[in-house]
Amino acid sequence: MGFRIGIDVGGTNTDAVILDQNLSPVAKTKTPTTPDVSTGIYQAMSMVLQQGAVEPSKIKYAMLGTTHCTNAVVERKRLNKVAVIRLGLPATGAIKPLTGWASDLRQAIGNLQFLVKGGHEFDGREIAALEEQRLREIAKEIKGKADSIAIIGVFSPVTNTHELRAAEIMREELGDIPVSLSHEIGSVGLLERENATVLNAALVDVARTTAAGFIAALQREGIDASVYFGQNDGTLMAVDYATRYPILTIACGPTNSIRGASYLAKQKNALVVDVGGTTTDVGVLVNGFPRESSIAVEIGGVRTNFRMPDLISIGLGGGTIVRNERGITVGPDSVGYRITEEAMIFGGKTLTTSDVVTALGLAAMGDAGKVKDLPKETLDQAYGQIVAMTEDVIDRMKTSSEPIPVILVGGGSIILPDQLAGASEVIRPAHYDVANAIGSAIAQVSGQVERVFSIDEMGREGAIQRAKQMAIEEAIKAGADPDSIDIVEIEDVPLAYLPGNATKIRVKAAGNLVV
Amino acid sequence: MRILDIQAIEDIALGAALLGTGGGGDPYVGKLMAIQAVEEFGPIKLLEPDEVPDDALIVPTAMMGAPTVLVEKVPSGEEVMSAFNSLESYLGSKIYATIPIEAGGVNSMIPLALAARMGIPVVDTDGMGRAFPELQMVTFHLNDISATPMVLCDEKGNSLMLNTVDNVWTERLARNATVEMGGSVMLAIYPMQGLQLKKSGIHGIITLTEKIGRAIREAKVNRMDPIKTVLGVTNGFELFRGKVVDVARRTVGGFARGESKLEGIDAYRGQALTLNFQNEHLIARTENEVLITTPDLIAVLDAETGRPITTEGLRYGARAVVIGIPCHPHWRTAKGIATVGPRYFGYDLDYIPLEERVLSNKGGQE
Repeated sequence: MGFRIGIDVGGTNTDAVILDQNLSPVAKTKTPTTPDVSTGIYQAMSMVLQQGAVEPSKIKYAMLGTTHCTNAVVERKRLNKVAVIRLGLPATGAIKPLTGWASDLRQAIGNLQFLVKGGHEFDGREIAALEEQRLREIAKEIKGKADSIAIIGVFSPVTNTHELRAAEIMREELGDIPVSLSHEIGSVGLLERENATVLNAALVDVARTTAAGFIAALQREGIDASVYFGQNDGTLMAVDYATRYPILTIACGPTNSIRGASYLAKQKNALVVDVGGTTTDVGVLVNGFPRESSIAVEIGGVRTNFRMPDLISIGLGGGTIVRNERGITVGPDSVGYRITEEAMIFGGKTLTTSDVVTALGLAAMGDAGKVKDLPKETLDQAYGQIVAMTEDVIDRMKTSSEPIPVILVGGGSIILPDQLAGASEVIRPAHYDVANAIGSAIAQVSGQVERVFSIDEMGREGAIQRAKQMAIEEAIKAGADPDSIDIVEIEDVPLAYLPGNATKIRVKAAGNLVV
Repeated sequence: MRILDIQAIEDIALGAALLGTGGGGDPYVGKLMAIQAVEEFGPIKLLEPDEVPDDALIVPTAMMGAPTVLVEKVPSGEEVMSAFNSLESYLGSKIYATIPIEAGGVNSMIPLALAARMGIPVVDTDGMGRAFPELQMVTFHLNDISATPMVLCDEKGNSLMLNTVDNVWTERLARNATVEMGGSVMLAIYPMQGLQLKKSGIHGIITLTEKIGRAIREAKVNRMDPIKTVLGVTNGFELFRGKVVDVARRTVGGFARGESKLEGIDAYRGQALTLNFQNEHLIARTENEVLITTPDLIAVLDAETGRPITTEGLRYGARAVVIGIPCHPHWRTAKGIATVGPRYFGYDLDYIPLEERVLSNKGGQE
């Protein structure tokens, strides 16, 4: 077994760590995130290697959690031209594809949409036979105009046959063109799943370029490693999988920090409080994975049914500004990365949360002498608010009224105390400042299936067995060692109002990387 | 008469989520349908009830079936037109206008989309003033207006006309046909004359829905307390403020039943509230007393934004304000209470109007 390097791109900093065979950190670094993202990644990589803890040739795995895809959507840059093909006529015409998208984003992806006869009912019957001839015509029409295809069939999470056949036809006509199929990306909820599938199709080139750039940078440093990308559920995807499902890399950052905290603190069920320079993100760790949000998530202004970690973010970080105007207030604004110039302990003029804890003797940073004359009352009040804000958000995220462990990570977590209301204990693990990069490096690989099954056909047990098998197959495809795979999550929800015993089953399987 | 623009549709959708009292289906899909219809076919005319001639044919429209299906198999938009056309030829008369039967939830939006597409007006009236789960739970039923002849249509082009002996049979037959037709259908139902509409409907409801939505939107912009503004618009009462500590759901006979518990905050610290729901919120009570029952409206709002929270969206830790809104007087008749009161839903409780409960509970505390 070799060493592994983990890199995680955050809003302010890009962090890198190197772990040994036992997954213990041997080197770590932080460098500012650059506007193009890649430069910061390469910088972090070379800085952490320069510490000389390990020969580059001994690094066998490289894990990257990056914001390339999110940025591309937000900036509307480098996106593929996507042909959106919805299989649903005569249904679905009342709301056209890309409804609610900003017009600049529509234009950036080419605004090519087609509605075709096909798709299924909730119980698997066809709405209409798939209109194959029309698909062949569309293929001719989009030749030269689209370089990626998104195919969305009504109720494809129940029955995927029309999507698969449509993909086959497009490949017959157009050769090796990237095709994103909605049943592989989202669950029931046509518009949100369609949006996520279209974004996925639009990100194919961004993902390929990012992966190629990362691999080339590793090789320049003398590293010949298997490369993985972090995804938003806290597990890894092998490169070829990530380039097919780039949308899954969106928002892996918060997940990485929760998983890293879990690993460092050796806790599987806890609250994770990640304090950066500007914000504090609080997430919930359930059986070693982040609790997922049930609410529709927007990416670049587009509504998706994508699952993100359930997080609450508040404007509290190490650089948060403390004011004394008509009473003491904390935030929500921050000096951010300029903390080393603007905070008083570093010779600046702005009173920040870091100054408050230093003046109170609760942490040692910068020059404590510069804040020794601040009035005790101001400090106490500000500190009281910092604690109250944190305790309030902890209370909101807890899943029961019982106290549970709270893990503090992130560079800004020094502003928080060792005791918090609602916490059975407050844990500050070693290497708390690079928990996100560690989370990226230690991640497992997973496969997930979320589909509506008809219990009448195969029985409840049969349906769950089938779902488990599918999840395990997905995990193997993603690069998991078949012998190490466990089912980490099963959820079985009968659908309200839907007769015929339809039930939605979600299974996630996770395992160690193939070594 | 006035014109509903896209902002009005947005506001009505938000207000309809509140009048959905926790259920009724997310208006989101309906809102997008209505907006697309306005963009393609032009604006929607909203009529005052007294602008409708007494002998005009009014046909309400709605979707029936599972909201889960509606969000996946989005309608074509054409199906309800064929329902209207076949009803017109059966009755031998032109349809003058449409209305929602249900102002709460997704069904607030279906008539707007249809009206734009067909170029007919919508009357500012509905048959519930809120959301309810069954076809006979409308004030038209209280006035012995028959739900039939009604037409169910799917997007495939199938349509089915029902003529039934009573509205309970209508519900039973229509529900089964809905399953066969793919789980979500469009209805043309309760055809009635202008005079009947004026006598039996709940008037001004679309305008009220719009005002609620606008109040929530503008409170955010103007940094005002959204709860206070909503209470002002609806003549409602704040019943409780608390944090959700438990939600238990189960699906019984196709309905999402359950209860949630809130632990009091602010002035309600030390108290606990239980909410019973069956798709919609039906009962709210503390350990000592019942605060409100159906058919009065129970809405759960996000304490910060004032936005309505559905029974599905209730999660542990959410800070919520529970408000009560008096139902329309039509529901407070003996037949109204028999149709939608607590006993119809299986709760052994008498219906006491919200205002009386608020008065006596206050009296008890002082």
